[in-house]
Amino acid sequence: MKGSVAVVGGGIAGIQAALDLADSGFKTYLIESRPSIGGVMSQLDKTFPTNDCAMCILSPKLVEIGRHPNIELLSYSDVKSISGEAGDFKVKVVKKARYVDEAKCTGCGSCTEKCPSKVLDEYNAGMSKRKSIYIPFAQAIPRVATIDAAHCLYLTKGKCGVCKKVCGPKAVDYEMKDKEIELDVGSVILATGFKPFDPSLLKQYRFDHPDVITSLQFERLLSASGPTQGHVTRQSDGKVPKRIAFIQCVGSRNPRIDRKHCSSVCCMYATKESIIAKEHDPELDITIFHIDIRAFGKNFEEFYNRAQEEYGIRYINSRPPETIVDARNNLSLRYEDFDSGELKTEAFDMVILSIGLDPSDSTRDLAQSSGIALDDFGNIATGIEKPVETSISGVYVCGAAQGPKDIPDTVAQASAAAAKAAALLSKERGTMIKEREFPDEKPLLPEPRIGVFVCHCGINIGSVVNVPDVVEYAKTLPDVAYAREMLYACSSDSQVTIKDAIEKNNLNRVVVASCTPRTHEPLFQNTCREAGLNPYLFELANIREHCSWVHMKEKEKATEKAKGIVQMAVAKSALFQPLYKQKVPLINKALVLGGGVAGMTAALDIADNGYEVTLIEKEKELGGMLKHTTELYDGKKPSDVLDVLTCRVYENNRIRVLNEARLTKVEGYLGNFKGIILSKGEEVPVDFGAAVVATGARNFEPVGLFNYGKDAHVITQAQLERMLGEGISANNTTMIQCVGARNKDREYCGRTCCIDAVKNAVRIKRANSKSSVYVLYRDMRTYGVMERLYEDARELGVIFIKYTRDPEVQYGSVVVHDSMLNEDIEIASDLVVLSTPLVAGENEVINQLFKIPLDKNGFFLEAHPKLRPVDFATDGVFLCGSAQAPKLMSEAISQASAAASRACTILSREFIETEGAVSVVDEARCIGCGTCVAVCPYNAPSLQEVTVTSEEVSYIAKKSRINPAACKGCGSCAAACPVGAITAQHFSSKEIGEAIDAFNKDIGLIEPKTGTVEAVV
Amino acid sequence: MSAEAWEPKIVAFCCNWCSYGGADSAGMGRFQQPPSTRIIRVMCSGRIDPLHVFNAFLEGADAVLVTGCHIGDCHYVNGNDKTKIKYKFLESVVRELGIEKERLQLNWISASEGEKFASFIRDVTEQIKKLGPSPLKPEGVS
Repeated sequence: MKGSVAVVGGGIAGIQAALDLADSGFKTYLIESRPSIGGVMSQLDKTFPTNDCAMCILSPKLVEIGRHPNIELLSYSDVKSISGEAGDFKVKVVKKARYVDEAKCTGCGSCTEKCPSKVLDEYNAGMSKRKSIYIPFAQAIPRVATIDAAHCLYLTKGKCGVCKKVCGPKAVDYEMKDKEIELDVGSVILATGFKPFDPSLLKQYRFDHPDVITSLQFERLLSASGPTQGHVTRQSDGKVPKRIAFIQCVGSRNPRIDRKHCSSVCCMYATKESIIAKEHDPELDITIFHIDIRAFGKNFEEFYNRAQEEYGIRYINSRPPETIVDARNNLSLRYEDFDSGELKTEAFDMVILSIGLDPSDSTRDLAQSSGIALDDFGNIATGIEKPVETSISGVYVCGAAQGPKDIPDTVAQASAAAAKAAALLSKERGTMIKEREFPDEKPLLPEPRIGVFVCHCGINIGSVVNVPDVVEYAKTLPDVAYAREMLYACSSDSQVTIKDAIEKNNLNRVVVASCTPRTHEPLFQNTCREAGLNPYLFELANIREHCSWVHMKEKEKATEKAKGIVQMAVAKSALFQPLYKQKVPLINKALVLGGGVAGMTAALDIADNGYEVTLIEKEKELGGMLKHTTELYDGKKPSDVLDVLTCRVYENNRIRVLNEARLTKVEGYLGNFKGIILSKGEEVPVDFGAAVVATGARNFEPVGLFNYGKDAHVITQAQLERMLGEGISANNTTMIQCVGARNKDREYCGRTCCIDAVKNAVRIKRANSKSSVYVLYRDMRTYGVMERLYEDARELGVIFIKYTRDPEVQYGSVVVHDSMLNEDIEIASDLVVLSTPLVAGENEVINQLFKIPLDKNGFFLEAHPKLRPVDFATDGVFLCGSAQAPKLMSEAISQASAAASRACTILSREFIETEGAVSVVDEARCIGCGTCVAVCPYNAPSLQEVTVTSEEVSYIAKKSRINPAACKGCGSCAAACPVGAITAQHFSSKEIGEAIDAFNKDIGLIEPKTGTVEAVV
Repeated sequence: MSAEAWEPKIVAFCCNWCSYGGADSAGMGRFQQPPSTRIIRVMCSGRIDPLHVFNAFLEGADAVLVTGCHIGDCHYVNGNDKTKIKYKFLESVVRELGIEKERLQLNWISASEGEKFASFIRDVTEQIKKLGPSPLKPEGVS
């Protein structure tokens, strides 16, 4: 058994899995085929549905991989085969010759500048050129050059050799050969991702025309780091397009070319790209041609609605059969307008093909070489109750390699795979790792020397705020010794630049003006530590969320405000002092709330990782919603899954189950929580270091809708589900989708209702092929590989009718307006089934106990919609299953394992570091009144008897002392102290006062500094 | 300077866990707002000392906003309950000084309430524009 794991694939899935494993005590090898990690996410401009800048949220993770002491990154390396068994695998890896010595290359870029050979740049999806020796993108990790052997003049023709000549550290080595190495690991995680569909396979769409491009190419056009710096122009003539069309499902939902699956993400990325394009150019006219709009995820429907209502994006429910190119090379699309029934032809300046997700070549190759089973779609096969387990025990899978999925589902699966690998190897935890080391802190000079780094954030800041102007202004501020601009302050090369600047200019305070400290402070604090500065000598000036993004149309005022924000940060930072954290022991036990599939899975995974768990369930039995399910999507019996899980939970001696129980009290914090559970009338105390919230959701009761409650033949899908387990006798069943969802009262999509309906329609048809089943729908959202169920249903004769006006339910029939036929249809129905969404449970209690937020629909709000889908902003509390938003069983299981993995990154620690910015008492000023003791919720201050000596008199007095291990740094005591004896460090009255003072000094009224400022831009 | 072009100076105290996050969410949602406000981040609204508020007025702020988590949501158990008590005291002193009530406002904004944050800033800016500069503003500060 080895305490190490190989993660194959360095996209966001592999990155998340590697970080989780390395943070919970395992040596991790991250193997990436391309020269840099980052995967397809690194090519994205924004992410839906928040339009967060993709690189901004990804880059800190890339940097973290690069600097993690327990991750060994093997980039530009292919995995050839995996052999062995769970606990002891041998992974054969070929390190491809990059012709540059990674250890010597500094990433300076001299070689790239001088290289004469130009090649199409794959990072920009072939729309620009790069050199034969190249670093793929600015934030690349590792930041070393690679020679493209197929195009290098020296390697192909023996001429040139200029890169070798200009390379200072002599890193270029033309003699380098591929090298095969073998890794001994305990487990393997496959995160081999997907391959974007090649649209040239569908000749009718005319991908050969320069203005017919893929959605990934369009994404690059929108990006500030793209071929046109974020200006959308036509490839043919460089003109700005006025009319753009998206064609959806190119390479998806198309059995003729053996792409039966839905790619899950294209509807939303097309919506996102349209919104961003409209933000760039409000005059743009954008049309999205689609089959169904599949806005099924959390906040997706709201995003789709905004696209239509706020941005005027036109959605047309029709799939144009071809792209028409006329004699003058202009583009048009012909489509059937279902509102009027007419065939229409419209001209467009650009046509964007929303390409689907194909299984990657490396997935297929590795499956073949190592005997890993694939499913019918070419994805790595898994069971719906074991969504990350492959056919080989000890080999796990996550992300798009398992099936098309978006980033949050990918990240959740990645953490889930990490949980499984860690559980398998839990006995070896900590055997192969080393501690992170930072250099000793440099002694602090009495005079502040502040460095200011102003970030363009691509165009997120730079397109609104005049960044060079802010830099020039920063140079004039007191104590500023250095200022410069940066394209992306969070990229790895920027970290090197910041460290160098600290070193060369002897900086002892650092201000980065970029985005929010809530996401990026730790990254820059670590950079400071690596440069020998205490992390508390750092300050972020938020000029993105609080400035460029909210003053998009007032560029001058935004620039003035950005200067003001920087000025305040500089003034405050000049007063910063080094602060230190304390190490305190933690409780290596977890509490899981909710005994459904998600809660049980989370409890089992944590227990399998070696930690004790208390699992509480409000009902008499475990099982949650699955108890009421009578068949799973793959035909399995739910009881088979449930019985195994329940049995394993009860038999596991690390899990304590409390039924009919609820949590009534919680106090404490990350690593050291104390709670009271009320179970069957008895109060049970519980101590835990981390908690997982898996409290699920409940079915919406459509009282008053479609005669529900009045007519006994009108039932819900959940009721049908139960009836199908007992056998029903209806001959004519009509299902109505989106009942109580996607409307004014409840804007979100229920995600699972379409799949539930189709599953049950198939069951009815299979049991009695003569019975008729109608499904009245708005959009069929059978995403991903679930598309197969939809196909099965149609083959079996289930009739699907799209409605735009609510159907009318009468006794014995349903009348629906068929928008395709443009007429009312009466369907004889002896059973009307209403598909209703899941709605939030009684989450307010837990929301109050843990102080974790709820979203506007009453579900729990995760820390970040993309990259922290199972975390809360509050440390030590995690989230999974339908408590976050409605989801399928397999997704809930993935999330549960993910939450377990995240919890284990805490439970596996030997100690918890307390807050560094704690409050301190100045004993000389303290009058011992005890106000601080009364105010503090953590009992951190206490009154101590001390001997005070004043001149020649000594007496005993009471003075307050604050226990730094108990203090959480809220600063309430400092605000309450009547004599100002308490300082809330890092947020002292002096620091706050300086910031206020700086605000009120008008920009430009600051007295210019005397002497020279060493500032390089 | 015309009243229309005059941009008031508003100091907003935001707690790290809720209202600062609300301001971030406003950015993420691109909810536009006037550039009148500067945010002072504190870990908890309970940290806000009445002296900080007076200091802001004396330095020339036209309005001061005290914001935090919704009652019951405080990351530090009950910091915002203490804020509420201190705010009552602040209000009474501000009245004594003869400052209009619009110039000191309290609001609870969660991390997900980006739109609420933006509309709060819009509303306050509008109110202060009507009132004009603060009477406490020192000479030479615009």
